[in-house]
Amino acid sequence: MCEVTATSRHYVDRLFHPDPQKVLQGVMTEVLGSELRTEGVVVLGSELRTECVVLLGSELRTEGAVVLRTECVVVLGSLAMGTENNIKSLVDCHIIPALLQGLVCPDLIFIEACLRCLRTVFISPVTPVQLLYTDPTVIPHLMSLLSRSPRTQDYITQIFSHCCKTPEHQTVLFNHGAIQNIAPMLISLSYKVRMQALKCFSVLAYENTQVSMTLVNVLVDGDLLSQVFVRMLQRDLPIEMQLTAAKCLTYMCRAGAIRTDDRCIVLKTLPCLVRMCSKERLLEERVEGAETLAYLMEPDVELQRIASVTDHLVAMLADYFKYPSSVSAITDIKRLDHDLKHAHELRQAAFKLYASLGSNDEDIRKKITETENMMDRIVSGLSESSIKVRLAAVRCLHSLSRSVQQLRTSFHDHAVWKPLMKLLQNAPDEVLVMASSTLCNLLLEFSPSKEPILESGVVELLCSLTQSDSPALRVNGIWALMNMAFQADQKVKGEIVRALGTEQLFRLLSDPDTNVLMKTLGLLRNLLSTRPHIDQIMSSHGKQIMQAVTLILEGEHSIEVKEQTLCILANIADGNTAKELIMTNDDILQKIKYYMGHSNAKLQLAATFCISNLIWNEEGSCQERQDKLRELGFVDILHKLTQALDPNLCERCDTHTHVHAHYVIG
Amino acid sequence: MAELGAGSLLLGDPAFNYQEAELNERLKRLYPAVNEDETPLPRSWSPKDKYSYIGLSQNNLRVHYKGHGKNHKDAASVRATHPIPAACGIYYFEVKIVSKGLDFLSSLLPLSPIPGWDKHSYGYHGDDGHSFCSSGTGQPYGPTFTTGDVIGCCVNLINNTCFYTKNGISLGVAFTDLPPNLYPTVGLQTPGEIVDANFGQQPFVFDIEDYMSEWRAKIHGMIARFPIGERLGEWQAVLQNMVSTYLVHHGYCATATAFARATETLIQEDQTSIKNRQRIQKLVLAGRVGEAIEATQQLYPGLLEHNPNLLFMLKCRQFVEMVNGTDSEVRCFSVRSPKSQDSYPGSPSLSPRHGATNPNLHSAGADSPTCSNGVTPPNKNKSHNKYPGVSSASSSSSSSPSSVNYSESNSTDSTKSQPHSGTSNQEETSDSEMEIEAEHYTNGVAENPSARIMNGTYKHQEILQAQDISLGNGVAEDSCASRQLCGGNQAATERMIQFGRELQGLNEQLCREYGKNVTHKKMLQDAFSLLAYSDPWNCPVGQQLDPMQRENICSALNSAILESQNLPKQPPLMLALGQATECVQLMARVRSGSCSFARVDNFLH
Repeated sequence: MCEVTATSRHYVDRLFHPDPQKVLQGVMTEVLGSELRTEGVVVLGSELRTECVVLLGSELRTEGAVVLRTECVVVLGSLAMGTENNIKSLVDCHIIPALLQGLVCPDLIFIEACLRCLRTVFISPVTPVQLLYTDPTVIPHLMSLLSRSPRTQDYITQIFSHCCKTPEHQTVLFNHGAIQNIAPMLISLSYKVRMQALKCFSVLAYENTQVSMTLVNVLVDGDLLSQVFVRMLQRDLPIEMQLTAAKCLTYMCRAGAIRTDDRCIVLKTLPCLVRMCSKERLLEERVEGAETLAYLMEPDVELQRIASVTDHLVAMLADYFKYPSSVSAITDIKRLDHDLKHAHELRQAAFKLYASLGSNDEDIRKKITETENMMDRIVSGLSESSIKVRLAAVRCLHSLSRSVQQLRTSFHDHAVWKPLMKLLQNAPDEVLVMASSTLCNLLLEFSPSKEPILESGVVELLCSLTQSDSPALRVNGIWALMNMAFQADQKVKGEIVRALGTEQLFRLLSDPDTNVLMKTLGLLRNLLSTRPHIDQIMSSHGKQIMQAVTLILEGEHSIEVKEQTLCILANIADGNTAKELIMTNDDILQKIKYYMGHSNAKLQLAATFCISNLIWNEEGSCQERQDKLRELGFVDILHKLTQALDPNLCERCDTHTHVHAHYVIG
Repeated sequence: MAELGAGSLLLGDPAFNYQEAELNERLKRLYPAVNEDETPLPRSWSPKDKYSYIGLSQNNLRVHYKGHGKNHKDAASVRATHPIPAACGIYYFEVKIVSKGLDFLSSLLPLSPIPGWDKHSYGYHGDDGHSFCSSGTGQPYGPTFTTGDVIGCCVNLINNTCFYTKNGISLGVAFTDLPPNLYPTVGLQTPGEIVDANFGQQPFVFDIEDYMSEWRAKIHGMIARFPIGERLGEWQAVLQNMVSTYLVHHGYCATATAFARATETLIQEDQTSIKNRQRIQKLVLAGRVGEAIEATQQLYPGLLEHNPNLLFMLKCRQFVEMVNGTDSEVRCFSVRSPKSQDSYPGSPSLSPRHGATNPNLHSAGADSPTCSNGVTPPNKNKSHNKYPGVSSASSSSSSSPSSVNYSESNSTDSTKSQPHSGTSNQEETSDSEMEIEAEHYTNGVAENPSARIMNGTYKHQEILQAQDISLGNGVAEDSCASRQLCGGNQAATERMIQFGRELQGLNEQLCREYGKNVTHKKMLQDAFSLLAYSDPWNCPVGQQLDPMQRENICSALNSAILESQNLPKQPPLMLALGQATECVQLMARVRSGSCSFARVDNFLH
């Protein structure tokens, strides 16, 4: 720094020259050039910066003042072109308010210089974008400057594109007429202006229904905006333009402004995005293309089907995993460096796209898993250092795990559960959500991976997930346990109950998230299946379970929740000793009676189930129970139900009245 | 089935005609490089090249299966009338599955029962979605297809690949290294199976033009980035040389000199020679052919004697110009003095955009040596400014009464200088140069060879033309109908008749010496026919009187002079252009598909 100080000394000396024009000239001739020098000046010349900013803000009204101030801005712009540190120190000395102030000047050249400098400052990642929004008059003024010249259009749209980071920003820009002001620029003669306007729209429309719905009705020179975008997808246009136009259309489609079966999506946007994934494109373009395509078709199975047959997309994506290639390592170091930089991005983009492709259609999943080394790639992706890749890989795995066939075959062959379990040990929440969700599928009864996973001590892990703050993780944890408990043996069930603990179980039964509650009830139901298991669990936890059931039946819950609860009661009623817990509980019996007369057929059915199990005669004590139930008026209700309209219910009642009658006679 | 094919030709159905017109238009737009005289495009299925199980209908576009369809042996196919011409660059057709069966779609060389199973045949099968390449075992390729689907087949003759489309979606490359001369084909195997072809009769479902645009851009990019290699340094010199020779060839003397000075290149021909040629050309273009012949004989003795054909052509033209009243031999009889032009509205500003530094710009008239039409060298204004006093050139020779003295000093539109002043000074040079440019400009504009337009446009540049008018009726330039033979002068007419006899004599002499010449005979007949009409300007052979007709003879004379001086008779620029055009045509013949997107006119602006 000392050397820099020495060589730059004379700038600083000149700073105190009485004539500001001289100062600037000196700086201009010397400064504009190497970054090192620029850096030197920034480091040293805090006086200079202040001077410039002060000059800029000065209200000199003389003839030469504008020229001087313009030069001043040019110097600042040049400084901003340097390193991030330059920008930081410029922002620190309030360059932004000063430049924004400069925009009110009537002189176009000066305005353009200010905008150019603002652009340079704002596109830097170190500048807080909020600075654009602090003064509410700034955005409307920028909008009004859009009509001044192609340059102002170029700079202002660049600033907007870079400073629109949140839905709030989108709304601010939208409310100030960004769409009406920018739309005409799409047919500007200048490619630069067209391109920047397009970029701006892609940022504005992203996940924004309001903007997208407005965009779709905008006319530019008599054409609908979507048609203008479609024209920009033309194959002989620069890739950048095709890609950005495809993004705009994608965002509009996802926001519901364009139907997914619209020709412009099916025949234009989707094929364009597939082309962006081809080997001929630059690595950056391929990443963006794949991510956008994944986003476009995520919710629509028909688009997934079309994409899966377009230009061999599934095979094309396999190429994303071949970076850095062995060739690039040998040929030149620069290429290797470039490939390495993009390798992670490429892989995660491919995983994302595979995940999206395979989320609904069984044939596509099959096609994906049959792609060369696909399962191995996912497995190694699960343990990659980059979080982004791991997340995308597990998303892909999750998508494929919805296939019964894949669970039975490739998932088992490649022992995907191993890296998955590893991933679950220590991962950020977003990865955990995906991984645990995949685990749920792997724990399905027919999955051959279920056994080894059980042996790996997954119960503790899942139980800890149910204590998470994230509802998604709690659901997945309890869901996995539910799947695990389905038709499981005594040992596993016991382990689940022990590991989860009744306290946690009942906490989950009062979870604010209905999904969690449903899955917890599901777990209980699975635990309470087959007579010996029912009796065993009820003998140890009967009291609490009955309490919880009562609580839920009395609470304000959805039909589904109540139905599930009644099913649990039915299961309890199926036990040998557990029956007594119901028979001795008049409150519960009254409740069952109430639900048998409920207007909802599902609840009636579930309640009838309970009664049917209670009166089942396998032991001697059945007569006693039947008598009691008759006393309570169940027989009349059953008789009434035989006249019910629901054939399902009718049949069930029929068999029960018959059984009942038999006992009475017998 | 043959009767179906014949029947379709007799159809007077207007809808069919409309479809035919649309087909022609679409094919022209899609495959501009295809010369259908040499390589016709497929337009329908061939009633000849088909299996007997195949039935054709609807102008040979609908195919239905009428066999048993029991096994593969019953499979049958039909191919299009013609193979796909390489000059298409990218070829595309679609087939709509009207009624489903086991469809086989393909492009193939020989007629085989199932496309894709035989040698050199390629197919995409609807039942399993597999692609078949010269064998009975397929490769998984795309989805299956069924009733209502539109399947397209695109053959890329640039990289010799093929891809199929389904309902407008590209399914990706199916085959590579395809052989040439493939036919569009369909194969069917199930009774009741029907497919309809679209060879361009209707808009395609797949956006093939967009695909083509990508390849056009690719090929243009390839041409633009073509490495010039070692000769990079010489590149500019070559271009400069081309421009320079072009300017010299057409006699833009001052421009050529200025260009040579600016680019520090050398001009092969010496100044006087250029000026001489320029003067002769100017005379011919002004219709003063007699003087041109005289000047040629004087400056290039022996030239015309060695080129009797050229001489004859010149003389014929001279005769025509006599009828026109422009040749000096008849003009000297004119009683009226030449009328001076009073205005040159926008002559300089009207000068077409210019491109002396860009050889491409000149090529608009690629096929005609007078392609300089419509182009004015950029230096024009510069040279004008250099010689602001030019306009005062006066008529000095009594033998050329036509010379006009422009009273108003118009520095841009210079006066006609006396054509045969042997010692032309600098001023004259620039002067005449400009004049020629002006004439060329006119030539370029007067595409519609009507006398009226001629007069209108020529008027402000060409004195002699103007004189025509003045000779005709003295005032009205729009009363072209009232123009009279030889300017309406009796003596002139007699002179013309006499000249005609001389011409006849020359023809007979040539016949004796060189044998009969059909071209000469025709030329002479046409020229003499003019006399048969009361208004030669509005008669079936009246076109000869159009000043534009002077251009051919002018360039022929110019070339002959250059050749006699051992200089190229065509400027290298035009040669290069011609070669490029020819080369692209040759590419089509040797089946290089990229020719479709490398058309010379794409590069001429």
